[in-house]
Amino acid sequence: MMTTANARPADALRADDRPVSTRTPSAGARKIGGVAGWVDDRTGAAKGVGYLMKKVFPDHWSFMLGEIAMYSMIIALISGAFLTLWFVPSMGHTVYDGSYAPLRGVEMSEAYASTLHISFDVRGGLIIRQIHHWAALMFVVAVVVHMFRVFFTGAFRKPRELNWVIGSVLALLAIVEGFSGYSLPDDLLSGTGIRAMQGFVQTAPVIGSYLVYGIFGGPFPGEAIIPRLYSAHILLLPAVIIGLFTAHILLVAIQKHTQYPGPGRTNDNVVGFPVMPVYAAKAGGFFFIVFGVIALIAAVISINPVWGYGPYDPSPVTAGSQPDWYMGFADGALRLLPGWLEFTALGYTLSLNIMPGALILLPLVYVVVGVYPFVERWITGDDREHHLLQRPRNAPVRTAIGMAGITMYSVLMFAAANDIMAIKLHMSINDITYFLRTAFFVAPFIVFWVTKRICLSLQRADRNKVLHQRESGTIIRTPEGAFFERHEGLSEYERWKLVDFEPVAPIQLEQRVDANGVEKPLTGKDRMRARLSRFYFKDAVQPVTPAELAAAHHDGHGHEAIEAGEHAGSVHR
Amino acid sequence: MNEQDTTRAGDVLPAEEFGAEAVRLDQGHVVGHGGIPEVFQNPGLPPHAPRTTDLSEAAAKRAEKQVAALFALSIVGTIVFVLAYFLVDIRATTYVPGIGVMALQHLLLGIGMAAALLGIGFGAVHWAKTLMPDEEVVEMRHPMRSSDADRAAVVQTLTDGGEAAQINRRPLIKYTLGGALGLFAVPVVLPVLGGLGPMPQKSLSLTFWNGGPSGPGEEPTFTPMRLMRDPENTPIKASDVTIGSVFHVLPEGLLDLEHGVLEEKAKAAVLLMRLDPKDIKVQKEIDWGHQGIVAYSKICTHVGCPVGLYEQGTHHLLCPCHQSTFDVTQDCKVIFGPAKRALPQLKITVDDEGYLVSAQPFREAVGPSFWERG
Repeated sequence: MMTTANARPADALRADDRPVSTRTPSAGARKIGGVAGWVDDRTGAAKGVGYLMKKVFPDHWSFMLGEIAMYSMIIALISGAFLTLWFVPSMGHTVYDGSYAPLRGVEMSEAYASTLHISFDVRGGLIIRQIHHWAALMFVVAVVVHMFRVFFTGAFRKPRELNWVIGSVLALLAIVEGFSGYSLPDDLLSGTGIRAMQGFVQTAPVIGSYLVYGIFGGPFPGEAIIPRLYSAHILLLPAVIIGLFTAHILLVAIQKHTQYPGPGRTNDNVVGFPVMPVYAAKAGGFFFIVFGVIALIAAVISINPVWGYGPYDPSPVTAGSQPDWYMGFADGALRLLPGWLEFTALGYTLSLNIMPGALILLPLVYVVVGVYPFVERWITGDDREHHLLQRPRNAPVRTAIGMAGITMYSVLMFAAANDIMAIKLHMSINDITYFLRTAFFVAPFIVFWVTKRICLSLQRADRNKVLHQRESGTIIRTPEGAFFERHEGLSEYERWKLVDFEPVAPIQLEQRVDANGVEKPLTGKDRMRARLSRFYFKDAVQPVTPAELAAAHHDGHGHEAIEAGEHAGSVHR
Repeated sequence: MNEQDTTRAGDVLPAEEFGAEAVRLDQGHVVGHGGIPEVFQNPGLPPHAPRTTDLSEAAAKRAEKQVAALFALSIVGTIVFVLAYFLVDIRATTYVPGIGVMALQHLLLGIGMAAALLGIGFGAVHWAKTLMPDEEVVEMRHPMRSSDADRAAVVQTLTDGGEAAQINRRPLIKYTLGGALGLFAVPVVLPVLGGLGPMPQKSLSLTFWNGGPSGPGEEPTFTPMRLMRDPENTPIKASDVTIGSVFHVLPEGLLDLEHGVLEEKAKAAVLLMRLDPKDIKVQKEIDWGHQGIVAYSKICTHVGCPVGLYEQGTHHLLCPCHQSTFDVTQDCKVIFGPAKRALPQLKITVDDEGYLVSAQPFREAVGPSFWERG
C-alpha cells in the first residue's frame, strides 16, 4: 500500500521523457528480462522480489549504525576467507626463513610463521590482514553503538523483544569470535592472552583443571589450542553468527523498521524511501563507503604488528599487555578485583578474585542486557506494539539506567589501561586502582542522577518551547511604554515533534477481588512492581496538551503550566 | 494511535455509525473539554521542499557530472591497485609524513582499494541524494499477531495431526520416542567430550624441578638440578650472581627436551635474584636461598602471566598483565593487585663446583589457582 503525491517539482525535468509503458526495452534489458522470466517460471519469485523492492525504510543517521555492523561483518567474512588460503593453523615447530630479516632463523609455530608470510611475502596479504582486523574491531564497535541506539530509543519494546535477545547473543558471540581470531597468530601478545584465559578457566570451581586439560588437549600450551580456536573462529562461530544475523534481518523486514516520531509518522505506518531505487543506492553505496573507510584505515594505520612481538613463549612477556578493546572490561575487572577474595578451605580453593571478572562477567552482562525488555514490560505493564521510537529524554529513568550501565562498563574498561594511565599521567598505579574500585560502585549512581536530571530538564525545555515558543531576541515596545520580547511561533510540524509522546504515571496498587467477591491480599510482587513503577514514572514530565497551550496563550506567562505537567493526572494506558 | 487500543469512555465513535459527534455513554462519565482536543493531532507530512536539482536542469546536470566523477575516481583507484600489485616491489619502503617508513606496495594497494570503494559508495549516495526522488513514501503497518481464526487453525491442525498419528492412544510409542530423542545426543557429544584431552592427574602440581617431564601420568623422582640461564642454557655460578642482578632460569635439561619444551617452561620458569641478606625480612627465605641468592617461580599466582618486571630499588616484582606486585624481601608476598598467594620459592644450594642447584622441588603448585590445589 503506497501512496505518492501526484505533482512533483522534478516532473518538469522529465516532461520530455517518454512514458515508461510505451518504451521498448533495449536488447540488454530484454535479455535480463528473459533470464528473470526463466527464474520466475521456476520459482515464482517475482511477487516477493517486487514486494521487497517497494519496501519502505525510514531515514535517520542512527539507523546506519546497524548497517555498519552488518557491513563490517561481511567485510570480515570476505577478508577472512582470503586469509584462510595462507594461514596454517598449526602449532607445529618450524624455523622462520621468510623475508622479515629480524626473525629469520627463529624457532616458532607454523601459525606464527604463516602470519608473517601473509604479512611480508603475499602480495596484498598485509592489507587484507589489516582490513580483517580493522573490520572486526569496527564490527564490535558498531554492534555496541547500535545496541545503545536501540536501547535508548526504546526500539526493543514489543514486538521486538525477540530481536533484541537475538542481537544480544550476536553481540556476545562477536566478542568471542574476536578473541578466538586475535589469538590465532600465536605471537607473544596473543599467547599471553591465551595464557591468561587458561588461568581464568582453571579457577572454575570443581571442574577447572579438567576444563583446561580438555580445552588445551593436555598441559598448557600444548599443540591443540590453535587448531581448535581456528575451527571455532572460521567454522562454528561464523555459522552461528550468520544464522542469527539472518534471523535478525528477517525480523527487521517482517516487523518493518521503527521510526522516530514526527509529522505524518504514526504507530501504524512507516514513512521513508523505497528500496528501489533510493535505498538500493543509499544502503548499497554505504557498504562501499564502510569498506572504503576500513581499507583506508588499514592502508595507513598499523594494527596488531605481530612481527614486533616475536613468537609465543610462556617465559617472556611484554609490558603493557592489552587485549583488543572489547575484552578490556573483563580484563579491567580482573585488575580491580582484590586478592583477598580467594578462599581456601578443606583443601579446596575458590578464586573469587578471578572467577567473577573472567568467567561470569561477560555472560552476565549479556544476560542482563537481554532480559531488560522483559523487566521493563513487567514494570510498565505495557502490552501494546510500539513502532514509534522514544526520544531518550522522554524515558528519563531508562536513559539514566543505560548511562549508569555504560559507566560501570567504562570504569572496567579504563581499569584495563591502569598501567598505561599510570605511565602517561605520571600517577601511582595503586591510587588509580583504588580510585577505579570506588568509582565502579559510586559513579553509576552519580551518572544515573545527572542523566535523569538532564532528561527532565530537556523535557521541561521542550514544554517551555511549546508553551512559550521561541525567544526571538526582538524587544517590542508597546504604545503604552511596556516592553516585551516577541516569541516566534512554532509551526505545527515543529510542535508535533515536541508533544508526540505518551503521558505516563506510576501504576496504582488496587485491591483485587476474586470470583467470590473476596479480597485477595496484595502480594510482595505487586508491591515491588508498584515501587518500581514509582521509581520509573513518579516525576515524569507530561507532554503539553492543547488545553495547556490555550491557557498559556491566555495569560502569556504560564510558568506554572510548565511545572504542572509533572504531576498531571491524565494517564492513558 | 495503536490498533490494539480499546475504545475508552468519551472516545468519539466511528462517524459512519452515529454521526461525527456521538460519544459512548455506557462506560462512565464524559467530561467535555470545551472543543479543545485532549491531545495534539498529528499534522501529517509537511509539504515537500524541492531540491535545487529538482528545480534547475543546470543543477541536475552538475550533480550528474559529480556522480560520474566519483565513479571515475573508483576506476582510477582500481587501476592504481592493479599497477601497484604488479609493478611495485613488495620490499620497497617509503616515508610518509606523520606515519613514518612503511611498505610502499601496501600503502598503494590500500589507497587504490579505498579509492575504488569510496568512489562507488559516495557516487551512489550522491546520486540518490541529488537525482533520485526524495518524496517520502508511506507504507502501512499491520499488527504482528495472526488473526484468532488463523491461530485456532494451527492448533487444530496440530491436534488433528497428533490424533491422526495416534500419539496419545499409544503411550508406548510416545515414551520410547521421548527416550530415544533424549538420548540420541549422547553418541554425538560423548566422543567430543571424551577425546578433548587427558585427565590432569597430578601434573598441575608438578614441575620439571620435580626431576623431569611433568605431564599427566608422569611421576618424576627428584634429583638436584642445576639452575640454567634462559635462553643460553648455561649453568650459573653463585659468584656470578651479584647483588641487584636478575637471571631468567630454567632447570637443567628442560631446553634439551625433544617435546614439551613450552609446556614445561610454562610451569618451571624461575627468577633468580640476589639481595643483601640484611634486606630480607623472612627467615625461611634466607634459609631456602644461598647467601642472599633467592629463586622464585616466575609464573604469576593470579592467572599465570610471567612476572616480568623487577624493580631493583624496592625489590618489587610486578606482573605486567594485571599489576599484581610481589615483595621479594618478604618472601614474595602480594603487596598489591589481584593475586592472593605469594610466588612459590624454589629451595636452592650450590654443588661441589660452585654452581647453583635446586635442593628440593617446589613445595606447592605454581601458577594460577585451581579447585583441588588446596
